[in-house]
Amino acid sequence: MRAPLSWLREYAALPEGLTPEQISDMFVSIGFEIEDVYLPEPTIGPLVVGRVSAIEELTEFKKPIRFCVVEVGPGNGAADTADEAADGAAGAGPAIPADSRGIICGATNFVVGDLVVVALPGTELPGGFTIGSRMTYGRLSDGMICASDEVGVGTDHDGIIVLGHGELPGISVGDDARSLIGTDDPVFDVSVETDRGYALSIRGLARELAIGFGVDYTDPAGGELRAVDAESVDTAYPVRIDDPSGCSRFVAVGVTGADLWAPSPALIRRRLDAAGIRAISLAVDVTNYVMLELGQPLHAYDRAKLSGPIVVRRAEAGETLRTLDGVDRTLIGGELLITDDSGPIGLAGVMGGETTEISTASRDVVLEAAAFNPPDISRVARRQHLPSEASKRFERAVDPAIAAAAAERAAALIAEYGGGSVSAGRTDVGGVTPLPTVRMPLSEPERLAGRPYDAEVVVRRLEQVGATVRVEADEVLVTPPSWRPDLQRPADLVEEVARLESYDTIPSVLPVPPSGSGFTRRQQRLRSVAEDLAAAGLTETLSFPFVGAADLDALGIGADDVRRRLVRLANPLDAGRPFLRPSLLPGLLGVVVRNLSRGVRDLSLFEIGQVFLPRFGAPSLVDLPVDHRPTDAQLAVIDAALPDQPRRVAVVLAGDLERAGWWGAGRPGDWADAIEFGRRIAAVCGHPLRVVPVAFDPFHPGRCGELRIGDWPVGHAGELHPAVIERLGLPERTSALELNLDAIPEAAEPPAPTVSSFPPVHLDVALTVPDRVRAADLAEALAAGGGELLESVRLFDLYTGNQVAAGHRSLAFALTVRAADRTLTGSEATEVRDAAVAAAAERYGAQVRG
Amino acid sequence: MSAPENPPASPDPTDAAAVAAALELALAAVAGAADLDELKAARLAHAGEKSPLALANRAIGALPKAEKAAAGKTVGAARSRLGAAIAERQSALEAERDARVLVTEAVDVSLPYDRRPRGARQPISVMIQQVSDIFVGMGWEIAEGPELEAEWYNFDALNFPPDHPARDLQDTFYVADVGDGVVREDTRMVLRTHTSPVQARSMLRREPPIYVLCPGRTFRTDELDATHTPVFHQFEGLAVDRHLTMAHLKGTLDHFARQVFGPESRTRLRPHFFPFTEPSAEMDVWFPDKKGGAGWVEWGGCGMVDPNVLIACGLDPQEWSGFAFGMGVERTLQFSRSIPDMRDLVDGDVRFTTRMATPEGQVSI
Repeated sequence: MRAPLSWLREYAALPEGLTPEQISDMFVSIGFEIEDVYLPEPTIGPLVVGRVSAIEELTEFKKPIRFCVVEVGPGNGAADTADEAADGAAGAGPAIPADSRGIICGATNFVVGDLVVVALPGTELPGGFTIGSRMTYGRLSDGMICASDEVGVGTDHDGIIVLGHGELPGISVGDDARSLIGTDDPVFDVSVETDRGYALSIRGLARELAIGFGVDYTDPAGGELRAVDAESVDTAYPVRIDDPSGCSRFVAVGVTGADLWAPSPALIRRRLDAAGIRAISLAVDVTNYVMLELGQPLHAYDRAKLSGPIVVRRAEAGETLRTLDGVDRTLIGGELLITDDSGPIGLAGVMGGETTEISTASRDVVLEAAAFNPPDISRVARRQHLPSEASKRFERAVDPAIAAAAAERAAALIAEYGGGSVSAGRTDVGGVTPLPTVRMPLSEPERLAGRPYDAEVVVRRLEQVGATVRVEADEVLVTPPSWRPDLQRPADLVEEVARLESYDTIPSVLPVPPSGSGFTRRQQRLRSVAEDLAAAGLTETLSFPFVGAADLDALGIGADDVRRRLVRLANPLDAGRPFLRPSLLPGLLGVVVRNLSRGVRDLSLFEIGQVFLPRFGAPSLVDLPVDHRPTDAQLAVIDAALPDQPRRVAVVLAGDLERAGWWGAGRPGDWADAIEFGRRIAAVCGHPLRVVPVAFDPFHPGRCGELRIGDWPVGHAGELHPAVIERLGLPERTSALELNLDAIPEAAEPPAPTVSSFPPVHLDVALTVPDRVRAADLAEALAAGGGELLESVRLFDLYTGNQVAAGHRSLAFALTVRAADRTLTGSEATEVRDAAVAAAAERYGAQVRG
Repeated sequence: MSAPENPPASPDPTDAAAVAAALELALAAVAGAADLDELKAARLAHAGEKSPLALANRAIGALPKAEKAAAGKTVGAARSRLGAAIAERQSALEAERDARVLVTEAVDVSLPYDRRPRGARQPISVMIQQVSDIFVGMGWEIAEGPELEAEWYNFDALNFPPDHPARDLQDTFYVADVGDGVVREDTRMVLRTHTSPVQARSMLRREPPIYVLCPGRTFRTDELDATHTPVFHQFEGLAVDRHLTMAHLKGTLDHFARQVFGPESRTRLRPHFFPFTEPSAEMDVWFPDKKGGAGWVEWGGCGMVDPNVLIACGLDPQEWSGFAFGMGVERTLQFSRSIPDMRDLVDGDVRFTTRMATPEGQVSI
């Protein structure tokens, strides 16, 4: 809402000399954000009112160009100034009378007789542009006719400022134009929260400022209403409300015999322009003007085009209406409509219809001021994508008590500036329901705000916002004013007291919570995993969770893979990625591809985040209560209905994991590194990891391990499938890991080990086994065979080649043999080794390689 | 000088002059050793088992009792003097050798060794971690919730009326299909638009007093540009206890601001409107390192938990009161680290992420 200071001052007795900053600060302090303050830069020099006395259309140019003769008042004419350029060019156009100037203008929104704003030669406009006399389009242009943006009072450059037509009271040609166009009038762009509809008006904002500065306030809607002839109460225009739930009040006032298309007076035009509303015609401009002033949206119907009574009712499905913006709108049914015998003539509270629009020929008008149910209006405005000045106000609730005052004010303005007479009667259907009284302990503001407020302060502040307040013992009974339906509970009243007494007066006190138990073990573990991966050389990313079918295709995930069961969004930003990720890999690989495209060649990345896995047979969600706690069973339904969202960790190793340098060649990360990262993660969580070969997309079928904690699979790691690498353009042998952190159980702390202080015996043994025997199994066989004295088994070499039979390989293990209580003899150690080897031979046919 | 080929015969231990002469000879040999090898030879020759002084020492045993003491003293003193001389020469020669040899082993320590450089945490995660530490340090706990959330938690329980504009498809991602292949209009599931549903979850699952911080990922249907991202992060604070007031809210925010932005920082509240708090406020933080000079920066929203929210979560607003606040992690990073373009925080460009953690020059050394 843009509010010029001059307008606010009409109703709030603000002290002179307040700076725009002081006013902005006050707005902010009482809860209104200031988006912007438009304070025009000064225009220096002769800026005067002129009247266009002749227009010559110059047609030889590509765009419309006018040469205008403009009266600028005694002493301001070209003949009055010793202007040599003017003398020299006198022959280039018609003779210019005294007190006038010839001016070239590109705008066409004015006619002979209009009052305009003229910058005479020597005027310096905002931005430092100085007006001179110059030859242009073959004529001498001796000044400038100004548009509002040129003098810094608006953004409108579509046409020049027309102050009015002919003679206007209080304005003479040659007057200084500054105060008329508001170059001295700052405009505040105030952001109004959804619960404060009343503040989308000068009436509301002036009241707030008056409270803030502690000065007098005059309610612009508070005067005595025009007395109407009791006999003719219904004669303004017949109205019927068929749906009182959608429309609680409807006031109509008429004006007959008026020039509804007359240009509006300068003040109205200027204030509409400041608010960003285009001036159109007197009737329309006045409805907008009164809306800005009082907050009551109004609509003007051409009475001649109405047929039969106005009826407010709900739409039936399939009804159509062409709105003022020329769009044909089909209704789904249930929308609140204004209708007459011809059918719909307006979307109530949103936009009027074309059939009853005011035209140049209109003489009689019916003005509507109604109160509509806010949700009805917001639904329609949203569904029709039609946010309007009216709907913006009705959505936030309009004061139903001022409908009559607003209609009367508009009718009076139209009659004043357009001639004609206001209807004798006033239609007023429906009424105003008083808002419920709120009972609040006087101590409540202190209970919530944390500082004491005197009872007198509480009462005064609530009265200032317009409430009727009665003190009863230690409570107040507060009846909110008709424009504050948001004041429903004690907390709402506390906010009024606290904000008007300023939040800055609330002290700062650090509360002392009961002792907490710190991070949970899972939270600690999650952090440790992330820190460990970063320390080990991986860079963390947080990719978007949106995926498309093409992303899964690229990973070679088959059509019948369960990962094709996806949660789909109704309104994705990217239609190609409507699903929520079933895996971290598509997003993480996307980040890899982006980095590669930016010239980064070696990438080791990780991500930790939630994935979205549909549940089989999940229940549907139903509406739960909000006026009391839902039952545990109801809450359990929510958790059962929501897709499973486990937290996973994923790693991608693309290109070198170890860099090349002066020390030698680099080393690409490979399947073994990927699996090793899995072991590290498991180890951070306190578990050893088992790795079992498996074929699983998008991995290389021979180079993928299923990662298990105990017997439970928790993820996969290995080299990506060559086809995936090819499709995504990844470095050769790119490897990856993904595992479910939530599936890793919390580990009990292991019992403290006994560390022997006796010397070890180190023995190496090389075993030849068929290729299919897995190293991990062989090591376990050795460990089992060696028994307690075999402290550790570690694979240190692998060999395949001529020295072993085809289909076989040799694995070399380092055995550490040690007793807890004595130094072992050589033969004891050898016995342990032999027992270990015997077990390996028995289980896997392992043979000691010579 | 090399050790003599034929060491002199052992002196008579009772002949002090002879012993002194042997010592002189030995000391000269030690002093004359040019390197450790020569010193070793001198040591063997003059202090070894077969050296004159050793033999003289051994000969003491055969002397008459009366002469033993004097001879022992003479020979012992000589041997001890020799031993000290050898040790002294030994360390002198070792130092000489070290100085010579280690110089030849010198390397260029400015050589880079970024063979396996450290990676980096994402700056958003780092900030969430720092803020979590601050609140855990105050005795708060960290609460979490799902990103795909029931509309009831995201809106209804938080006092959003059914027609509130935030529920619009233009702001909120709705779920059309929960994964069974059936598109429905009423799945009542959304990607949470704020971390506030965790407030409701916390109140429903914990017994008050409750002091929790809920950091997490949130979603709104904004196109990605320099100042917006459809996927972002917030931290949400919630405290519910007896007698909590806006003063406690302010105290908590001030402490938080000082921890994050330094001891001069503080916050101020401006009245505002949110469905889930009443009274509500926008919060500005005094940011001492603001570009162009210290000043106020918009930081988030806050207020006293709306009575309707307490009621929906089964808490009596007369018995319990609470405050809540929330701010954007990306926004906090944008102003505190002067990041002009939000996309840098979401793209995952490793150059950005690693340099946010550790500054790096043009030269990778």
